[in-house]
Amino acid sequence: MKKGPGKIAGFALEHVFKKPATIQYPFGKLKLEESYRGKIEYDAETCIGCNICARDCPAGAIKVVNVGTKEEKSFQCRLDVGHCIFCAQCVDSCPKKCLHFSPNIELAAFSRDNLKVTM
Amino acid sequence: MSDNSKRITIPIGPQHPALKEPGCFTITLEGEKVVNAVVGVGYNHRGLEKACESRTYIQDLYIIERVCGICSHTHSTAFCQGVEELVGVEISPRAKFIRVIMAELERLHSHLLWLGVAAHEIGFDTLFMYSWRDRELVLDMLAMLGGNRVNYGINTLGGVRRDITPEMKELIHKTLNIVEEQNKYYIDLALHETTLAARLSGIGKLSHEDAIKYGAVGPVARASMVKDDIRVSEPYAAYDQIPVKVVTDDHCDVFGRAVVRVLEIMESISMIRFALDNMPDGDLAVKFPRKVPAGEVFSRTEAPRGEDTHYIRGNGTDKPDRVRVRAASEANWHGMQHMLEGDYLADVPIIIAAIDPCYSCTDRAFIVKDLDHGDQRVWDWQSLKRYSVDWYKKRGFDASKIKLAERRI
Amino acid sequence: MLMALFNIVIFPGLLFLGIYALFFAFLDRKLYARLQNRVGPPWFQPLADFCKLLGKETIIPQGADRRVFVSLPVFALAAVTTAFIYVPIWSVNSLFPFEGDLIVVLYLLTIPTLCFFLGGWYSTSLYATIGAVRALTQLFSYEVPLFMAMLAPAILAETWSISGISAYYAEHPLYILINIPAFLVAMVACQGKLERVPFDLPEAETEIVSGTFVEYSGRLFAIFKMAIDCELVVVSALIAAIFLPFHAANPWLGFLYFIIKTVIILILLCLFRASMARVRIEQMLMFCWKILTPLAIIQIIINLLVRGALA
Ligand code: SF4
Ligand code: SF4
Repeated sequence: MKKGPGKIAGFALEHVFKKPATIQYPFGKLKLEESYRGKIEYDAETCIGCNICARDCPAGAIKVVNVGTKEEKSFQCRLDVGHCIFCAQCVDSCPKKCLHFSPNIELAAFSRDNLKVTM
Repeated sequence: MSDNSKRITIPIGPQHPALKEPGCFTITLEGEKVVNAVVGVGYNHRGLEKACESRTYIQDLYIIERVCGICSHTHSTAFCQGVEELVGVEISPRAKFIRVIMAELERLHSHLLWLGVAAHEIGFDTLFMYSWRDRELVLDMLAMLGGNRVNYGINTLGGVRRDITPEMKELIHKTLNIVEEQNKYYIDLALHETTLAARLSGIGKLSHEDAIKYGAVGPVARASMVKDDIRVSEPYAAYDQIPVKVVTDDHCDVFGRAVVRVLEIMESISMIRFALDNMPDGDLAVKFPRKVPAGEVFSRTEAPRGEDTHYIRGNGTDKPDRVRVRAASEANWHGMQHMLEGDYLADVPIIIAAIDPCYSCTDRAFIVKDLDHGDQRVWDWQSLKRYSVDWYKKRGFDASKIKLAERRI
Repeated sequence: MLMALFNIVIFPGLLFLGIYALFFAFLDRKLYARLQNRVGPPWFQPLADFCKLLGKETIIPQGADRRVFVSLPVFALAAVTTAFIYVPIWSVNSLFPFEGDLIVVLYLLTIPTLCFFLGGWYSTSLYATIGAVRALTQLFSYEVPLFMAMLAPAILAETWSISGISAYYAEHPLYILINIPAFLVAMVACQGKLERVPFDLPEAETEIVSGTFVEYSGRLFAIFKMAIDCELVVVSALIAAIFLPFHAANPWLGFLYFIIKTVIILILLCLFRASMARVRIEQMLMFCWKILTPLAIIQIIINLLVRGALA
């Protein structure tokens, strides 16, 4: 290459007829890897209610509560998606492996209350 | 000429299109020339260090990772290394290699990001768009390896959380080829485009002596011929098994910093290739205790922006006593005023951008306003320590009696 | 009378110019995006931006002179629209051609820049003041080569009217090759006039926010923006009339030619904009005085010599 102004012009012109690198978001979406850490999913069947997940969560976003009786335990997971930082430490910490993450990242909501989900 | 009536003072920031984060630069101008510059950071103090003290080590890891959005891996590596040293565990060789691969990928994406930002500051938006387009490829790789585009979360205490499979390796090799091809073009462009050279060379001068005097780190120092790189001078992770070539340049200006960065991209690419091909087998993570023994540790890593240091003091519980982070940008602020003076107003954004500043990771300035006397002063470490000792003494706890050295096991 | 009113307000006056300017703004942005491998805005984006700005609150700074502040955008737009009436569109003739309209158009096109300067100056904001000073400094550097580059073809054609120049070169299309250096000078210099990269110093976003326009908002800003977009059309139409003398006898075909010519010039301008970094003010002065002006002077000398040889 010789020195001079406007060196990028040729390179840019080449791209005019190429496929754009950007997408128009809601109409076209990028595919995310299955291993992408998005929203946490919960499986109540295997959970033992130990709350190790809650202890290790850096954001205090997750909590497992017993909604059944003392004998007939049935667990519910309360996750505040607005607080969750998607680190998936809870997934690593859970001894029963009943938490896992999904590549779901479209979690915006109109109110903060809608971000609090019960699973 | 230098009477005050001819001077105007203009604030660049705290909100300014050239700055992506809040920071205030009070620039005194004479015509378009900068005669004085005052750097004001501290708008983004988030209290991360304090937050770390009230959480367990494993929780801190994710907070530390969020100190910086761009060099998140380097911070978490420094923290992990520190805690691992405190506990006294050795992580597996494979984990070390994975940490290095992530770190170098991060350097790739950070430098490509910088190239784009720098181009944008001087109105060269086309280069900005293209370099960010290619950065996207690197981010995709990082997302594939770590599970997120920015906070990869691959480090854990005692190793790494995810493995690099042979298919991933294939894919990384392929993508690296594309990035390398593109980067060669950018190097060519940076060296031959006149408008770029006209805007970058000769501004933000920081001579070799000044770079040492002001304690510059990273590409800023290396562009002033300071051969300083933690990867070489104090190899961590697997850097002792990977050939690292330190890129230096003798331009001592913004152009030199650009050259160092684009050349470092090439170095990083070859390092990732080497690391991928020579990765040993082994476990990903070793078992790590929740409680960390008392003691203090100082851990350093080479972030894309320069040396990143972490100080961790444990007290035998599962929460650290003190965590101190000095991000790379913090070291580079000191030379800022010197770099700005004598240049044109038009160059201020690019000179600021040339150190690749990261505001929120550096915001730990301590300015105390004494309302009674109306004076404002910066407290040094000694007076701060004295103040805190007094503060605790008043509450019946004499901290000065405890010898730190004795507490180390 | 009615015809004149139609000409001024609808075609080729305000309305046509406005619509064409919005189309130009879209084309410019779309092409700019495609050059950067982006998707770019949809066709109605400039119109949507314009309407949005109209609906926004207009804020006038406390220290600003209200009357001047409000009237400046209108002045700028009026000057540009007036200039457009003297530029040929569908044939070699403009609407009201007269001997010397080239000079008038060039002066009319200086008015928007002066309005930007005054607008920035009266905004009483630091950024705006710096932008204003830059706009004026810049004006002194690009205006001379631009004028000379535009006058060189006129010297060869021996007329000071745009229509006359167009007619002359339409008759002798080969002479246009002589004017190529002037064409290049004009293209580069008008980047300065239009305040586009590499000469967008008065509004350099990353340096002085948006310079002269920093205090303008709402409707006033919309008018300013419109004036800038219209200026782009007028300047490219002017360059097309002087340097690209391809005309058709049929007015419809001539109009098509006009669109093609102006779009070609827009593409070139856009390519300029996409492929360079913004220069510094003193670099711009140096460039304009040391390279563009001598080039334009050489062109004038060449044209005088050719004129002499032809006579
Ligand atoms: S992903 Fe992280 S922040 Fe979210 S709930 Fe799990 S541990 Fe908490
Ligand atoms: S750690 Fe796992 S098993 Fe324990 S409460 Fe949480 S989800 Fe349930």
